[in-house]
Amino acid sequence: MNDTKPILSVRDLAVRFGEGCDICINGGDAVLDKGHCPYCHSVWALNKVSFDLYPGEILGIVGESGSGKSTLLKALYFDMEITEGEAYISQFKEGKTNIFELSSQQKRHIRNHKMGMVYQNPIMGLRMNFSSSANVAEKLIAAGIRNAGKMTERAKYLLNHVEVPASRIKEEPRNFSGGMQQRVQISKALANNPPILLLDEVTTGLDLSVQARVLDLIKRIHQELGISMVVVSHDLSVIRMMADRTMVMLNGRIIEEGLTDQILEDPIDEYTQILVHSLL
Amino acid sequence: MAYNISNQHYNFAFLDEGAKREIRRSILKAVAIPGYQVPFGSRELPIGRGWGTGGLQITLSIIGKDDCLKVIDQGSDDSVNAVSIRKLVTATTGVETTTDTNAATIIQSRHRVPEEKMRNDQVLVLQVPNPEPLRSVSPKETVSRNLHAEAEYSGIWLRLYEGIVKYGRTVIGADHPVMVSGRYVMNPSPIPRFDNPKLHQAECLYLFGAGREKKIYAVPPYTDVVSLAYEDHPFAIENVKGRSCRLCGATDVYYDEIFDSETNEHYFQCSDSGFCEKRRNGTEVNLS
Repeated sequence: MNDTKPILSVRDLAVRFGEGCDICINGGDAVLDKGHCPYCHSVWALNKVSFDLYPGEILGIVGESGSGKSTLLKALYFDMEITEGEAYISQFKEGKTNIFELSSQQKRHIRNHKMGMVYQNPIMGLRMNFSSSANVAEKLIAAGIRNAGKMTERAKYLLNHVEVPASRIKEEPRNFSGGMQQRVQISKALANNPPILLLDEVTTGLDLSVQARVLDLIKRIHQELGISMVVVSHDLSVIRMMADRTMVMLNGRIIEEGLTDQILEDPIDEYTQILVHSLL
Repeated sequence: MAYNISNQHYNFAFLDEGAKREIRRSILKAVAIPGYQVPFGSRELPIGRGWGTGGLQITLSIIGKDDCLKVIDQGSDDSVNAVSIRKLVTATTGVETTTDTNAATIIQSRHRVPEEKMRNDQVLVLQVPNPEPLRSVSPKETVSRNLHAEAEYSGIWLRLYEGIVKYGRTVIGADHPVMVSGRYVMNPSPIPRFDNPKLHQAECLYLFGAGREKKIYAVPPYTDVVSLAYEDHPFAIENVKGRSCRLCGATDVYYDEIFDSETNEHYFQCSDSGFCEKRRNGTEVNLS
């Protein structure tokens, strides 16, 4: 797999809350105590995170609450300002332009064409006072489509694909169950056939049977469309089921990464061992 | 007790010269960038905010002693809002007023564009309650400014699409957004859709003033103004076919609908009262 060019490359990504000081900026990990600077009290939500995502791959990210998993996805989807770092998408300007240095128009282009995002909280990803069809169409409108009939056809197809009944596509998602809201989010994220899909704790808060249906759906979409995915979860069973490769995060850093089986069966890092054993 | 405002007590056109100059500068900028909302220092006036203070400040800033003023409210020359504004302007300027669109040099209007075709020596000042077409997309001014700067109008298109999904057509009755000169999306003030086409390549100057929101914008003469619509759902004005004014018999104009509770009958009557009066007097009118 490593012979292939990555579809997404992230290098030294950092997100800091607070001014920062010379000691924590130049001192690196050594001076940080659990992601906090003891001198200026800045929080390093992400600290020099680097990874590659390969075409067709599902990359899992696990870690405890506050480890920086969701921050990483929000930073990649431009929902959050980064402090420093670089990211390259092979399908955008031949992968030679750091996407964090783009204008907001170009960033919007990437959000609409190159990436889809499914948020943990559907309120973040959906317009609850617009119909499900309009939620999907929003991405198509942003891509410049001005034919209502074509957009409705596409919305119907995608919502049908995620098992939202055709009779309910005019309804606002606020009337839907949590699982159905997540499925609307997924169809919205897929509207423009993005090559990269970011999934942030998509099954959190759902009961087990609905979790299984949503995960099956994501697997099916992956098999059919071959989209590269970054799946964030604090639930190791989700990662075991979904991910080809897994990264473990703690205090804003990646502490271990490897094939999912290897991480779950034979973890090297002490924290990963505790995490895996806490499951059993 | 009757109270006459004297020119000895107030400056010509109520506002001081500095204020009028600042507003005229904003108007010039608005004319230079069609559809762009120019912020201005909206002044206190002896009428309440939301009662046409934006339009009134524009009128007071551009009016001269030789001008002839017409003020209309929803097409009517006789409504409280129109009469109050007309009284204030005449009391502080002494200019001539009229109900004849053709005779006026400045027309201040709320919610209507006159039926008669306007000339290039006339100015139509529209009172605007909500100048920002992106306000439904974001309540934050900084966000909407950025979206305008990047010509990112997806949220407005989404509003139109939602109507099509739910009702099979766009459901914006008044204030249907328009693209001005291919660049800025603009709220044309709450005029009915019937009036939107009158803005396109018009001979007169349109000035829009929002007093509460402190914004001025403009459509200069001979500017492209296109109502937003999807390819497969073209923009359509209100259906007035088969209707005629009960007073003057005019067809293909915008009507007020009147219900007589005693006879249970619906009547239609020209919304533009000045236009209707001229027709009844037998004067020839040139429809826009």
